[in-house]
Amino acid sequence: MIQAMTAMFSYSFMVRALIVGVLVSVSAALLGVSLVLKRYSMIGDGLSHVGFGALSIAAVTGMAELAVAIPVVVIAAVLLLRISENAHIKGDGAIALISTGSLALGVMVISTTTGVNTDIMNYLFGSILAMSGPDAALSLVLSAAVLILFLLFYNRMFAVTFDEGFARATGSPAGSYNTLLACLTAVIIVLGMRMMGALLISSLIIFPPLTAMRLCKTFKGTVICSGMLSAVCFIIGMFISFFFSTPTGASVVAVNIAAFAVFSLIAHIKTLK
Amino acid sequence: MSLLTCENAALAYDGRVVISGLDFSVEQGDLLCVTGENGAGKSTLIKGLLGLIKPKSGHIYTGDGLMHKEIGYLPQQNKFHHDFPASVEEVVLSGCLNSIGHRPFYKKAEKQRAADNMVRLGISSIAKQCYGQLSGGQQRRVLLARALCATHRLLLLDEPASGLDPIATAELYRIISHLNRNDGITVIMVSHDIPAAVSMAKHMLHLGNGAIFYGTPEEYKATSSGSAFLGGGA
Ligand SMILES: Nc1ncnc2c1ncn2[C@@H]1O[C@H](COP(=O)(O)OP(=O)(O)OP(=O)(O)O)[C@@H](O)[C@H]1O
Ligand SMILES: [Mg+2]
Repeated sequence: MIQAMTAMFSYSFMVRALIVGVLVSVSAALLGVSLVLKRYSMIGDGLSHVGFGALSIAAVTGMAELAVAIPVVVIAAVLLLRISENAHIKGDGAIALISTGSLALGVMVISTTTGVNTDIMNYLFGSILAMSGPDAALSLVLSAAVLILFLLFYNRMFAVTFDEGFARATGSPAGSYNTLLACLTAVIIVLGMRMMGALLISSLIIFPPLTAMRLCKTFKGTVICSGMLSAVCFIIGMFISFFFSTPTGASVVAVNIAAFAVFSLIAHIKTLK
Repeated sequence: MSLLTCENAALAYDGRVVISGLDFSVEQGDLLCVTGENGAGKSTLIKGLLGLIKPKSGHIYTGDGLMHKEIGYLPQQNKFHHDFPASVEEVVLSGCLNSIGHRPFYKKAEKQRAADNMVRLGISSIAKQCYGQLSGGQQRRVLLARALCATHRLLLLDEPASGLDPIATAELYRIISHLNRNDGITVIMVSHDIPAAVSMAKHMLHLGNGAIFYGTPEEYKATSSGSAFLGGGA
């Protein structure tokens, strides 16, 4: 076992992937608590599809992936937020339009040049090799920045998540905090989707908070538990992926499902007592 | 200059006017009680005064240097989904958000303010419990404590006594009068408890079927709606 681990970490890209992966998973889980509670999880899903479209275009035109995808997804995040705030213009439908539209566009763009091949598979389901590229350092800095910003805005995030009307009425710029939340989510989705895949990245946002909420009754507890859970699940998922040669994204999601099951069981046992 | 001024303001949802012809002002130190039957637009008025709804016509503006950061607010409903993970302590402390300026975290002073308000409303013993799993009246007290934390000059209360037991209600009225008299806090309160409103208020605002009454409690008692609500006939 120890030997196998040493073998794993002898690849420098694995070490990088692990560090970036943990930072991204933790950030996603922290942002996820607010997103899930505000019923914005659909936005996360929509953004990952927009990210797929943007990455495809970047790959085909030969531009730097992150330099294209991050601005595009951030803009999409602000747009999706506006749409879901104005609920009467059929927010759900509009989000689905944008997300499936981007997905279709991405597939079209890729297949015109290289044909449907491993590129699409990598973008849809993720690849650990994504972290070996020149963007690894940038990913590290960006995910650390998201984490720090979330912590600095923690109290404000709680206020707008719990009761936005009150926050607004008592002089907090709730709209700006929502926008910040959407933008941080956009950055994390782009960073994470290259490893986890466009189809699976939103699970990093949704699973840990839902799992944590099975047992935690305070916001702080939920945030801490969600972050730690996400890190642990990611690391276990990475090991499984390495030793059994399973895709990273799917392995991490599988571990998250297991954690959810365990937490639900414990919660259930607690209610029986 | 008045703290809040309404100039022939009308408030509407999606273009449908709910109240119009609002013409009154609230001075520093005032205690205004808003009455009227269900659906008359009292909560809408409160949201309009808070700037959560923009007037469809006319103007609502703050004066006297009043900033939103100095306002405390109690919404009418406690509706947050019941499994929202938040402790009583966290909810009350979030009322102090408007006093922390650009700091990221709360200091001792704010935590003390939250603790004091929890004592005031008798909820210290449930500080660690989950907000969503409390009774309606307990939730009311928590949101009241949060409103008090946020209040520096103006306090808007939308049916503060709803769901409270008689002892808590009496205590609440005592707290409101004390804040108004001793701390100079201006209070605007929606209430269906007309006898209490009339005895506490400095001004009354009654909303109903297009007719709006604004005046002192004495003048209010003389009106037909006032005596009807006070049960004058009985
Ligand atoms: N969010 C909303 N969208 C559309 N119409 C609304 C909305 N909220 C309230 N209304 C309408 O506005 C009118 C006034 O509602 P409001 O809540 O202000 O009444 P209220 O005087 O506070 O009543 P209550 O005593 O029951 O609290 C009602 O006819 C209601 O149908
Ligand atoms: Mg009301």
